[in-house]
Amino acid sequence: MSRTYDAAGAAQIIDAFGARPELLVQILHAFVERYSYINEEAVRQIAATLNLSRADVHGVVSFYHDFRTAPPGKRIVKICQAEACQSMGCRELTEHAQRKLGVPLNSTTADGEVTLEPVYCLGNCACSPAVMIDDRVYGRVDAARFDELLRKSAERPQ
Amino acid sequence: MSAPVRIFVPRETAAVSVGADDVAAQLASRAAARGRAIELVRNGSWGMSWLEPLVEVVVAGERIAYGPVTVADVDSLLDADLLAGGAHPLRLGPTTEIPYLETQDRWTFRRCGLIEPLSLEQYRANGGFAGLGKAFALGPAAVVKELTASGLRGRGGAGFPTGIKWKTVADAPGPQKYIACNADEGDSGTFSDRMLMEGDPFTLVEGLLIAGFAVGANRGYVYLRSEYPLARAIFTQALVVARNGGWLGRNIQGSGFDFDIDLHLGAGSYVCGEETAMLESLEGKAGVIRYKPPLPALQGLFGKPTVVNNVITLASVPEILARGGAAYAALGTGRSRGTLAFQLAGNIRRGGLVEKAFGLSLRELIEQWGGGTHSGRPIRAVQIGGPLGAYFPDELLDTPLDYEAFAALSGLIGHGGIVVFDDSVDMARQARFAMEFCALESCGKCTPCRIGSVRGVEVIDRIVADENREANLALLQELCDTMVNGSLCAMGGMTPFPVRSALKYFPSDFLRRSAAVRKVAGAKR
Repeated sequence: MSRTYDAAGAAQIIDAFGARPELLVQILHAFVERYSYINEEAVRQIAATLNLSRADVHGVVSFYHDFRTAPPGKRIVKICQAEACQSMGCRELTEHAQRKLGVPLNSTTADGEVTLEPVYCLGNCACSPAVMIDDRVYGRVDAARFDELLRKSAERPQ
Repeated sequence: MSAPVRIFVPRETAAVSVGADDVAAQLASRAAARGRAIELVRNGSWGMSWLEPLVEVVVAGERIAYGPVTVADVDSLLDADLLAGGAHPLRLGPTTEIPYLETQDRWTFRRCGLIEPLSLEQYRANGGFAGLGKAFALGPAAVVKELTASGLRGRGGAGFPTGIKWKTVADAPGPQKYIACNADEGDSGTFSDRMLMEGDPFTLVEGLLIAGFAVGANRGYVYLRSEYPLARAIFTQALVVARNGGWLGRNIQGSGFDFDIDLHLGAGSYVCGEETAMLESLEGKAGVIRYKPPLPALQGLFGKPTVVNNVITLASVPEILARGGAAYAALGTGRSRGTLAFQLAGNIRRGGLVEKAFGLSLRELIEQWGGGTHSGRPIRAVQIGGPLGAYFPDELLDTPLDYEAFAALSGLIGHGGIVVFDDSVDMARQARFAMEFCALESCGKCTPCRIGSVRGVEVIDRIVADENREANLALLQELCDTMVNGSLCAMGGMTPFPVRSALKYFPSDFLRRSAAVRKVAGAKR
């Protein structure tokens, strides 16, 4: 369960990493794990604590796909778009998912339930196409299985 | 009451992705309902992904395999006396006699699937830490010599001789050196790093220890991609178990050698698999590549001499030391010595991991192990070595798996991933994707990669749309030349490999298409 950003909690995270600038990527991961995204206040606080410029921190945040700067939906659904999954129909699966959810890739449904994203390889290439819902990887996903996984993920406590 | 029957169900991403956790839970509850005592063991995977979830039952000391097992099969399996190895349509016989596995040359993956991944006891009982013991007995210089004699080359893709790299770091001056293990396995079609870290993580720990001992480093970093949450969980636990068991930390097993390992997560960037971008990321920065020289071996992590090796390279070291460099070098062909864990992926009937000595042909691997396409349609193209690897047509499938043979065809073996496509593939679309992916993942440092990839997508679109076809084909070739010769790293420098191979071997796919096909290609933008 992600929480709302709070300066005291954020300070704890940075502290846990010894406020070491070389751990910035790991610190940002911890922020995403706790708050689900990195907001502008977090960037300011991290920069100030690590003695980096805001531009330094922003540069790292914006470089990596994992460091989102806006809140995602309750569930994050990623569909692999890389070659092994292409050979097994991930493009068709992606079209199905976009129709089903009514949003294109890299966006969140209007009800805030699901964020749909591309991912480039989940390392499940012998069981393509692969899909990741939150931290779980699924293989051999066709349209029917996708719908079922989506339905089941909605039933899991967040 | 008889002793509980041991049942193995892998806890490994591919197996879990097709239901292994649910099968394990169902086995436990249905066996309990029948009053049968079972001991459920969550092993790593043997790598026969098409048989996952693969359930094994120990009968008279032998492991009998069943697969692929679904939750719905559990009752019928128990009815068929699964616990005594009873007959059932899913019964595959003794695991080690399954031809896919029996015919492999298992060195690096010898324990993967066999043992409980987090059991130090089982690790040691099956040859674990023998290589480290040998290293301590030989001393650092002799370890490097043994590695050099083995002919081991970097398994991440570049194929640089490991012994030479280690010697460079060992000879570099300075008290502080590092081992940086590249577990940023981003190539599509590859999963051997993940499978090893999930199925036999102590082998990687041991490889890092030996590397540290050989070159005089006391700290190792493992840079793991964030797309591998299960590998992260298992390897994190493995580090704790190793530390508690005295295999990490100070004065390891009384040897006087200190070493510890930090696990760092990547953050979804493909280019961070490039060694210098990975070092930047390990230093907490954006994964922008560095100019070489200086070599990381001399000025690597935090400017210190650093061994940068892939997971499989390091994980191959313990067994090489245990059995001797000469025994490893006796396998293989030409300058490609030893074994590689090939990964059969994509549209393939029997996908999975096959560790074989170099030298067999691509066709043998795809047909004898892979069993052809999953769809049952003819093979049209095979991409080897990830998104920077060439697409081979059928007539090149007899190429032997050997670094130099592939290089001679402007291809690469890379990390050993083999992605099969059937005849429904549109190769112009695949070529376009290669450029698209490069545009998406370029670190942006050099122009040929950053801009060239964007222009590449546009030019391919024009060719397919039949706009100034001949002129645009010539332009695409020129653009590829610029990227190959002008890029700072393999990202921009090798993206032309899949593009040019698609143009060369599948030219008809670049001819003018119907409006409908173009629309689909355009919608991907």
